[in-house]
Amino acid sequence: MSPDAVPPQPKAPPSPANGPDAVQVTKAWHAFISDIGPTAALALESCVHCGRCAEACQYYVQTGDPRYTPIHKIEPFKQAYERRSGPFAFAYRLLGMAPKVTAEELETWQELIYDSCNMCGRCSLICPMGIDIASLVEQARHGMFDAGLVPPDYLGAIAEKEHASGSPFGLTIPQFHDLLHDIGRKHGVVMHVDEAKADIVPTLSSIDVKTYPASIAATAKLLNHMGASWTFRTDGFDADNVSLTAGDRAGQRKITLAIVQAAISCGAKIVLMPECGHSFTEMRWEAANSFGGELPFRVLQITELIAEGLTDGRIRVNKVTEAATYHDACQLSRRGGATAAPRVIMAALGLDLHEMEDAGDTNWCCGGGGGVALINRAQPLRDKAFQIKQRQVDATGMATVYTSCSGCRQTLEHGGKAANWNKTVASLLERVANNLKD
Amino acid sequence: MTLLAFARGPALQAAVLIMIAGICWRLAGIFLLRRRKRFALPRASVTGRIGGAFTTILTRFVPRRTFWPRIAVSVMLSGVFHIGLLIILLGGAPHIQVIHQVTGLTWPNLPKGLIVIVSGLTLASMIGLLIRRVLNPVLRLLSTVDDYLSWLLVFLPVLSGVLLSGETIGGYGTLLALHILSVELLMIWLPFGKLMHMLLVFAGRGAMGIDFARKGAAT
Repeated sequence: MSPDAVPPQPKAPPSPANGPDAVQVTKAWHAFISDIGPTAALALESCVHCGRCAEACQYYVQTGDPRYTPIHKIEPFKQAYERRSGPFAFAYRLLGMAPKVTAEELETWQELIYDSCNMCGRCSLICPMGIDIASLVEQARHGMFDAGLVPPDYLGAIAEKEHASGSPFGLTIPQFHDLLHDIGRKHGVVMHVDEAKADIVPTLSSIDVKTYPASIAATAKLLNHMGASWTFRTDGFDADNVSLTAGDRAGQRKITLAIVQAAISCGAKIVLMPECGHSFTEMRWEAANSFGGELPFRVLQITELIAEGLTDGRIRVNKVTEAATYHDACQLSRRGGATAAPRVIMAALGLDLHEMEDAGDTNWCCGGGGGVALINRAQPLRDKAFQIKQRQVDATGMATVYTSCSGCRQTLEHGGKAANWNKTVASLLERVANNLKD
Repeated sequence: MTLLAFARGPALQAAVLIMIAGICWRLAGIFLLRRRKRFALPRASVTGRIGGAFTTILTRFVPRRTFWPRIAVSVMLSGVFHIGLLIILLGGAPHIQVIHQVTGLTWPNLPKGLIVIVSGLTLASMIGLLIRRVLNPVLRLLSTVDDYLSWLLVFLPVLSGVLLSGETIGGYGTLLALHILSVELLMIWLPFGKLMHMLLVFAGRGAMGIDFARKGAAT
């Protein structure tokens, strides 16, 4: 969400079942325009059509299709702004020049706004005008959501379920409670769940719940090692926030505030975000806006907590004899400002890090960010985007790629499987947790 | 009234008025939008955020090294064009005289021959940029009437300036009038199209610099 955006009002998600009509197009415009503050307006007014953003976008670079030019992806919304609320909108009205895009065209734009943008923000780094295109795409998704134009499998299967239940997989509180204790028993880790008071409240990625439960055990093991007062809270655990990438502002807010309230109710000093990129962006930079004031706790991504713990001695690790490379999650590094933390961890582990080309702030996305991994029909495009990362990892000659985002981990694994790639993709958190000094 | 008198008199007054009013209107339309307070604890202090703004304003003149292989032609053409324009504007003796008349400020001019060479390079880079815009699929897709009109309204003053300096065709008075009129057309269009980026570029980069510094992210 743009820093200037107006807080959304809760409302039920629209049904994507019917095709778009004029009313839906109007809803799309309205949702987009209502988000625009000075920063977004400045961005929309500034584009000089130089086309450089295309050269930073993995979808354009890998396909050569000009439609994947980042700024082009928001063209209908840019028009809506210029002709309906921009400084010269009155002139467009006088001349009878309404936005040219029809409902059908907006429907076809779905692919550009969802399937072919991972909101990685690489285009924002190349733009000579300083336009944060990734934020504009996020705002365009608000419009698409309100118009019922989210890819059906995405909205129907995941975001809608999250909006209704608080979990993208529809996990109930009792189920979650049992799941945590099952993971604890299986991995031999003491779990703290729903304790009345705690200093640290860790949250989860539903990808971990579904695919990487060892990461949940690793979080618990690490916090126990630190001797921290901590607890999972079943009334606020899902950090994924699929609603954020779907464009469902009300759902986004609901998920976020559940975590905020859960943390406040147990007097938490830290809300700990899992190995997940977008959830960190949401909780670190947007949650306070949804809350309406400064949060009474710190928000740390797990790598930041580990880096702090290693620095101040609360975490002690054994040295490893291993060489590997590291994949930066865009939302943690380029978009989140946490580029250094994983490197502090790897240095403490003594890991022989072989950085990829463009490592750190100019890294390429795994190909699945921004919810693209959740859109089935986007797989061919996603796999093409993945090839960049594949080439870069191959160039390091390393057999293992560490990352600090379960979404990236899953995308890299899926992409690797499709390409018969013989690399191991691993969690940095798990590497630390399995290597703690007794 | 001669054409030159018209260009120096009512046309100039109208162009200045339209340009200033248009700029004010457009900037007000942007900056008077409601700004929402951001509550997240920033990584950077106020000083750090201001530093981020200035850093971004400066660093975006030269793209990051990793981007160069794919955008070198665009950067070079656009660089020659912008730097050329700046040299012509600030180094040409007649332009310095005009600035002196308006502001009282003055400085030594560059040799006329150098300005002519720079003008030629500027025109060549502009033609290169136009060819790219027409031939490159991405630029063709993005381009609107504004892009071509803005190009023309910058090209004409440079071209008429070169012709004027050599008094190649027509009389001096007519060429001067045409040169001034072409600049006035540019001034009139400036607030309404992409030429406004002359001002917005600094605000846009600065806003991004503040926002990214707040997050501790690289700009």
